[in-house]
Amino acid sequence: MERTEIESKLTDLLVDELGIERDDIRSDAKFEEDLDVDSLGVVELLMALEDNFGVKIPDEEAEQITTVGEAVDLVEAKLNG
Amino acid sequence: MSRVALVTGGSRGIGRAVALRLAADGHAVVVNYAANMAAADEVVEAITANGGTAMVVQADVGDTDAVSAMFKEVEERLGRVEVLVNNAGITRDGLLLRMGPDAWDQVIETNLRSVYLCSRAAMRGMLRSRWGRIISVSSISGISGNPGQANYAASKAGIIGFSKSIAREIGSRNITVNVVAPGFIETDMTEELGTEIAQEVASRVAVGRLGRPEEIAAAVGYLASDDAAYVTGQTLVVDGGLAL
Repeated sequence: MERTEIESKLTDLLVDELGIERDDIRSDAKFEEDLDVDSLGVVELLMALEDNFGVKIPDEEAEQITTVGEAVDLVEAKLNG
Repeated sequence: MSRVALVTGGSRGIGRAVALRLAADGHAVVVNYAANMAAADEVVEAITANGGTAMVVQADVGDTDAVSAMFKEVEERLGRVEVLVNNAGITRDGLLLRMGPDAWDQVIETNLRSVYLCSRAAMRGMLRSRWGRIISVSSISGISGNPGQANYAASKAGIIGFSKSIAREIGSRNITVNVVAPGFIETDMTEELGTEIAQEVASRVAVGRLGRPEEIAAAVGYLASDDAAYVTGQTLVVDGGLAL
């Protein structure tokens, strides 16, 4: 799986489901501070990524995620791990 | 609109009445039971005989793995649970001085840990649906206290604090979380107390009698409906005016 595919899916989710501006979505953007996605929103995003890519993200690992890039890293690691 | 509704402890008493009510309201009902399979089967038969959809699922709802397995089975057979009624409950009454750790732990596990486990398991599906109802059956004991029920009252009060917190967490996703607190209802659980106590209680009820399981089920039916979309974090006391 290409990393860009994961990034692209996450971006689509942020834009379509949460109404985030596409231009604001960068790898180092923090969900809560920069994108105004609340903690429940982050959980929902990770659930959507789990469904989309068929991976399982344990709660302890999900709690560590604060940026867009970290979310992509985690899904990529699960897919290749 | 028809939803999948899971009622824990749905084979007898208030849970049975809730299962029948939700089925009558058009929902597909999952009747969870711990031990009494025959009673659970009877509830499902009553629902299907009236043209409804229902299934039984055995699980000790205080057990983490059993709850996971229960939700997996339900989702495979009927789909996501969108109405969860946390009803399963037991009593191990006794004065605190005589209440051993087992009596405490068993009641907290079955009555309160189950609410945490089932609500958490149901929440994923509800978030995906962007719609959900979590309704937990507490007790007037959890509000007013009751001598001999320190464990039971603690578990039932815990449900109220839990529900208010979760209501705040997920209210923005069209998921409401409410509590129904029954007073003295005619069930197997209160029958154990004997007629003398029942008569004494009835004399203190404004309505002048004990309640019926169907009267609790009606409150649950309302909170499960679309009409109750703007009601969350609440405890609806249905006690005939016992605790005024």
